[in-house]
Amino acid sequence: MDPSVENNVNGIRRSKEEKKILKRQIKASYTLLKHEGITTTSQPTKNLVVANGGLGNGVSREELLSALKEMGELETLLMHPKKPFAFVTYRSEESAQKAYVHLNGQKLQCGENSVTLYLSYVHSVTCEEEASVSLPEGLTLVEDFVSQDEEDLLLAAVDWSSTNDDVSAQKSLKHRKVKHYGFEFRYDTNNVDKDKPLASGIPQECLPVLERCVKKAHINILPDQLTVNQYESGQGIPPHVDTHSAFEDTLLSLSLGARTVMEFRHPDGHLVPVVLPPRSLLVMKGESRYLWTHGITPRKYDMVPACDPQSPALKTAEVGTPSNLTLRKRGTRTSFTFRKIRHKPCDCAFPSACDSQGATPPPPLLPCSHADAALLEEEYVHRVYDAIASHFSSTRHSPWPRVCHFLTSLPAGSVLADVGCGNGKYLGVNPDVISVGCDRSSALVHICAERGFQAFVSDALSVPLRTASCDACISIAVIHHFSTQDRRLAAVRELVRLLKPGGRALIYVWAFEQEYKKQRSKYLKDQNKEGSDVHSPTKNTSEESQEPHGKSSRHLEDDNRPVNKIQDDSKVTDGKLSVHTNRTAFNTQDLLVPWHLKEGKRRGEVEPVETGRKDKMKDDSKKTSGKSCPTTSKDSKPIPSIGTTQSSTVKPKSESDSSPAPVFHRYYHVFQQGELEQLCGQVAGVEVQSSYHDQGNWCVILEKAGTL
Amino acid sequence: MKLLTHNMLTSHVKGVTKGYPLLIKATEVKMNEVEFNPQFVSRMIPKLEWSALIQAAEELGHRQDLPGELVPDYEKDEEFLKMVHRVLLEVEVIEGFLQCPESGREFPITRGIPNMLLNEEEA
Repeated sequence: MDPSVENNVNGIRRSKEEKKILKRQIKASYTLLKHEGITTTSQPTKNLVVANGGLGNGVSREELLSALKEMGELETLLMHPKKPFAFVTYRSEESAQKAYVHLNGQKLQCGENSVTLYLSYVHSVTCEEEASVSLPEGLTLVEDFVSQDEEDLLLAAVDWSSTNDDVSAQKSLKHRKVKHYGFEFRYDTNNVDKDKPLASGIPQECLPVLERCVKKAHINILPDQLTVNQYESGQGIPPHVDTHSAFEDTLLSLSLGARTVMEFRHPDGHLVPVVLPPRSLLVMKGESRYLWTHGITPRKYDMVPACDPQSPALKTAEVGTPSNLTLRKRGTRTSFTFRKIRHKPCDCAFPSACDSQGATPPPPLLPCSHADAALLEEEYVHRVYDAIASHFSSTRHSPWPRVCHFLTSLPAGSVLADVGCGNGKYLGVNPDVISVGCDRSSALVHICAERGFQAFVSDALSVPLRTASCDACISIAVIHHFSTQDRRLAAVRELVRLLKPGGRALIYVWAFEQEYKKQRSKYLKDQNKEGSDVHSPTKNTSEESQEPHGKSSRHLEDDNRPVNKIQDDSKVTDGKLSVHTNRTAFNTQDLLVPWHLKEGKRRGEVEPVETGRKDKMKDDSKKTSGKSCPTTSKDSKPIPSIGTTQSSTVKPKSESDSSPAPVFHRYYHVFQQGELEQLCGQVAGVEVQSSYHDQGNWCVILEKAGTL
Repeated sequence: MKLLTHNMLTSHVKGVTKGYPLLIKATEVKMNEVEFNPQFVSRMIPKLEWSALIQAAEELGHRQDLPGELVPDYEKDEEFLKMVHRVLLEVEVIEGFLQCPESGREFPITRGIPNMLLNEEEA
């Protein structure tokens, strides 16, 4: 028997019920000792362990808190995510005793269930062991670093209406707004142009805050670069490490507006979510800056520690722990990230993530959720096309003959929608049809407009055309850019929606099988041309560099490569997307295809199939040669990222010249034989009229049921 | 953006059931001469939502004498076809907005190009 129990109920004659509670309370404290190693004590203290009052058996923080608060003022309440108990610390021992007496054996209603609480004293709250998931090495969060007045002042200092330049990629990214001061972060080179400071330096309003950072030794030198990001609810930023060679060790991130959760990931997979309250300063140094990625998952609600505004002391103990969670709706958050430009190569202790020390960035993961997929596509499809639009367009002047055949077969006066029209090369093929195009890339749509075609900017998953308004639709080299099966299916559905009954759609996607019926596609064949291509300025190095990792251009011997074989391949890569070697056979279905941006005389081209004839359509005059020309050499494969901050990325090594051509990576899902037909087969009210393989593409013609 | 394209466009904001036709709020409109092809215009007419075209032409002040209802035997009426040609193919909205008649959502038109992208919550 525990003598303390007798002490506490001293002099009171116990009812049967009380005896029962006492027995159970003792049993519970015994269980805690046996299974959790928690030693309870008979001596009253300020700390209690509350058996059954844990997240692990369905008790929410709010519910437990409401019961505990009635007994006195709380200091902390710690709840482990999976444990059936909680620790509470009261301000005074009296309050703890009161809780002990009044709550022991009390039932607590939790949603539809009720639990019976049993409380025992403990000497100390053992949160250190596991309750506290420690922050990544080098990471510090300073709460309330700025006052509300300063917050207002800083937010007002950002003028979103003006964008300061047109050099780099678009500033209004779908997932957030970005603005740079001091130096611009270039998303194409994934670095800053250290010789070109921006006209606008860090706003004056920031100086007191920065001086305070220096004074409090959060950073030892005043930063000279500021990136402001604004995230609406539902927006995020992919996980990234700020380029080592671009910025010095310490990064300061000031959070204003709504709170959010930033996720830190160690390369070993260890994940630490960190709640960033408004007006807090996050200081990233050392390992947390160089090795861990940080990112914000795009979502509208966060799991955050519940905190009671009445007891601010509750908050501190919980930051960084996965316990005490509750759902909170996100609002608009604005972050000010201050960095110091680095002028010498980085020599950090983390070479695996250091671009100065030759590391290659980790590839992104194949998305699982809709939100992840949208983010991947924005970064690895939309943003890339906008950045490469004019170079891309200059390599896209020859319509593919079999697409032209489809277009010219349409009766005069037919209404045609080209969904994913690119530079509009199919919009003028048949002048007797009413053609309208759309594309996700406004840069490409502007090229269409310059050529006098009717086109608008829209997403292929939601095309703003009337249902059943088109006699024909084409989707050429578009659907392979959607990164989940659901999204590819939705894209086909959307095309079919646009068709009139009896209307036809032509779909082209890039084929996994680049060798079909013993014929190698032009995409593969062009590799051979490369060595003898006298127009290639770097022909001696180009062949080797096409295969920097010694991958062979393995030729497929079997056209009907079984589907499961491929899936096995992708498992080997652990869900990570691999970077394709241009002009070689595909090893996996989901991959990143490099685009070497033309710079100066260099031309790089790497895309499916360019077959065919010159066309009668209004052509672009800028072209230098009708042929697509294989890429010039770059022996590394940087993956530009839209980090505000950016992925740890290797700058392409330059050869003779000092400014290497940027390399962009586009996401592709290459289709296996039969896969496109199967996808279309899932859409009701449409039939696959015919399907074929055309120069490394799988193609179908669909017909919508009914008659015109 | 020509009114031919406008005639095909509709609001696609989630939940909107009457998103057609889009209202036009133009700040810059220009006339672009296009070669008149009576056959092409006659073939186009049955593909159109006539009332939407008339409404759009009215909004931009280019209705001319176009009737509210489509006339029979228009194929032979060259004057009529010329008016349709003019309003469909020659009037171009360069700057302004398209507005969803139900939700009020505005889609900007810049340098002649409507941007119909929706944000995540609208799609």
